[in-house]
Amino acid sequence: MRRDTPLFALALASAAALLWFIPFAWMAVASIREAGAGAADLASLWPSGPFGWGNFADAWSSGHFPLWYLNTVLVCGGILAIQCVTVSLAGYAFARMRFPGKTILFALFLLQLILVPPILIVPNLSTLVALHLYDTLPGIMAPYCASAFGVFLMRQTFRTIPRDYEEAAVIDGATRLQIIVHVLLPLSRPGLAAFAIVSITTHWNEFLWPLMATSSPSNQVLTVGLATFTAGAEAGSEWGVIAAGTFLVAAPLLAAFVLFQRRFVSSFTLSGIK
Amino acid sequence: MVALARLVARPLIVSTVRKRRPALAGLTPYLLLAPSALFLLAFTYWPVVQVVRSSLTVRGFRGAPHWGLENYSRLFGDAHFTTAVGNTLVYAAGTIIPGLVLALLFALALTETTRLTGTLRTLVALPMLIPLVAAASLFAFIFLPNAGLLDHYLAIFGVAETNWLGDPSLALGSIIAITVWKNCGYYMLFFLAGLAGIPRELLDAAKIDGAGPVQRLFRITLPLLGPTLAFVLVIATLNAMTQIDHVIVLTQGGPSDTTSMLLFYIYQQAQQNFDVGRASAATVVSVGVLFVLSLVSLRSLERGIHYET
Repeated sequence: MRRDTPLFALALASAAALLWFIPFAWMAVASIREAGAGAADLASLWPSGPFGWGNFADAWSSGHFPLWYLNTVLVCGGILAIQCVTVSLAGYAFARMRFPGKTILFALFLLQLILVPPILIVPNLSTLVALHLYDTLPGIMAPYCASAFGVFLMRQTFRTIPRDYEEAAVIDGATRLQIIVHVLLPLSRPGLAAFAIVSITTHWNEFLWPLMATSSPSNQVLTVGLATFTAGAEAGSEWGVIAAGTFLVAAPLLAAFVLFQRRFVSSFTLSGIK
Repeated sequence: MVALARLVARPLIVSTVRKRRPALAGLTPYLLLAPSALFLLAFTYWPVVQVVRSSLTVRGFRGAPHWGLENYSRLFGDAHFTTAVGNTLVYAAGTIIPGLVLALLFALALTETTRLTGTLRTLVALPMLIPLVAAASLFAFIFLPNAGLLDHYLAIFGVAETNWLGDPSLALGSIIAITVWKNCGYYMLFFLAGLAGIPRELLDAAKIDGAGPVQRLFRITLPLLGPTLAFVLVIATLNAMTQIDHVIVLTQGGPSDTTSMLLFYIYQQAQQNFDVGRASAATVVSVGVLFVLSLVSLRSLERGIHYET
């Protein structure tokens, strides 16, 4: 094999990549280092004991992690479930049908790529209040139920599927809905998986909107919970506990990424936009 | 929904059998678009109309609300707002330029696929998976004066204790550093995909013709990365305008407004000052900026996605 990358470039990149990893390294080391190891050791990246799960126990008991996990999973799952319906139907219409106004409608749909929900928090908040969805989990989900990116992705995915399959189904008397559900969607698994990965990652990490759309602690998601939790622990300089709490919030996606790296990477490069 | 199901459930055969198609059949595509359109109307288009309206509605202490530009004059007369706009520009330039350059350098250095480059790519990509507030929690300690990670290790080089987030001349830079750290890996993935799309033969041919590595970079690689670059630029700009979670958690716009950004200002007006008029006017300004951006970039965006797919 030829080596095109000069050795110094590789060495430089290695050093930079290790630098990039330092916050995670600190998080890992500090979260399992028992309290009372001394303030000087707090910043040390060298894994020095005594080790234990004390910080995790503290974080778990001082935050409401089970509730936050549950809310986050419900929000991400709910958004994804509704999105799957909305983007498959619209994606099919744009991929396979001819109708007046198609180009303009498609452009209007794509507008959501630019007019992203965070910018529209103020008017969306009053819409939420008017719909009696303020401070509810469906309220957090609502602005994300339609996804321009998803529609775009499904349109592209459906287009790559040969029409022969559908024509065979039509001859067998299948309806449009049956064709979408039983013929196209099973063949679109890679596209759907890519969309699911991007959607879940985005909404798992979302902070500003869930913060504004809710007020009671029982509706907090992980990110909002972590922010309140950190503020509390910071006042007490409990950095080990903060590291553990941060780890609890970030771990599921980090683990998924390391396990399904190839899937994640191709999904993200496919997407670009949420 | 029932009507939708019934229409969609109509067998496709109808059109081939040359029976008279029911007049409603032409509606099918619109019904398929309806669920998406409903949510887009409620949470993307209508808010724009609504926010323009409420930005033009003036509520006095007495009397009925009336139309007027007072919200805008109050907005542009607010020094906090002009500072926030200035900070947003600095933040955009400070995150986009170093972020993209670093991402490109990482991609160029790690473009070959080996076990080592795979691991290094992972290390650089990891930050994009965690929430910005989680990054903020980690950097709260990294930037902690004296006992924090950065000061701890900088002390070895004789650098004195620094208040990274509390010093007005450093705070915005520290916030920018967090964003660059978090987003760089994401942009790198696009550049890697773009680099993989450049035909080998082109580079080989140039090499045979005697082009050096620098020449190949500037004459072949970078021009061919054009669409990817345009695409990443748009995403990075959007990110610069919408990612302020760490500002909320770490600095609350301070010290003395040095990290206040346009979206943070909106958040502050709405959430803390309950000044809907001014928040709406500021939202209209942001929407305007994004709209111009979209007109400029929608083509390159679409091309970018096509290109990636």
